[in-house]
Amino acid sequence: MIRVAMAYVAGRATAEEVVQETWIAVIRAIDGFEGRSSLKTWIFRILTNVAMRTGARERRSVPFSALAAAEDTGEPAVEPDRFLPADHPRFPGHWAIAPARWPTPEEGLLAGETRAVIATAIAELPPAQRTVIALRDVEGWSAEEVCEALEISAGNQRLLLHRARSRVRNAIERYVTAQPVHDTASGSA
Amino acid sequence: MTDDLACIQVVELVTEYLEGAMAPAEAAALEHHLATCPGCTEYLEQMRALAGSLTPLHEQELPPAMRDDLIAALRRSRP
Repeated sequence: MIRVAMAYVAGRATAEEVVQETWIAVIRAIDGFEGRSSLKTWIFRILTNVAMRTGARERRSVPFSALAAAEDTGEPAVEPDRFLPADHPRFPGHWAIAPARWPTPEEGLLAGETRAVIATAIAELPPAQRTVIALRDVEGWSAEEVCEALEISAGNQRLLLHRARSRVRNAIERYVTAQPVHDTASGSA
Repeated sequence: MTDDLACIQVVELVTEYLEGAMAPAEAAALEHHLATCPGCTEYLEQMRALAGSLTPLHEQELPPAMRDDLIAALRRSRP
């Protein structure tokens, strides 16, 4: 909840206040909860309303969709120099340097240092991207739930998720390729 | 059918593909590319692995019974 609130307000302390205020609002409004959306979505709707109001008072408030648009620089998912040039005679735009291999989640992608690399990469994302990947891939929300809670279109949600996952993937790849070669593929199953 | 997609385009389409948001013909073109491209296949698998797999970074969802108790407790706590 603090993660979401921080997309709207400046600073963690204010975000924590927003979360507290949200719980008070939840208690006040719980009789009106009819179970038409999930409890989770309903609470986050209240959270985003409180956060936007608070953000407006801070004169920093913009709707989530505007925040998303402002931070979208149209950056590529992968550095263009990883691909052969467009005028390559045989394989234009194909991989020049293929993706580095790394352990799958089952092989320990989320163990130890890689886990910290992923957490840091998420924390460093622009706020709208961070919020969407946190809700989708960390909290496990569906695309529909995210669109509803943040009031963004399906296409917008996908673009933010795409940018966020691409950046996190790049961070993992940078970390993995910077490691001294050791026996990560032991057993090479 | 010719392979019109280049890898540099494929990496921008993977999320749409994984989200099931592509038109069938576009998805088929992507799959056609993947069938002959180990680099993009690896890329897709890495993005698929990220999707939804980061939940261990977060605590678990409330079990349904606890959720119902929570709603009941919130209702009782109303002034």
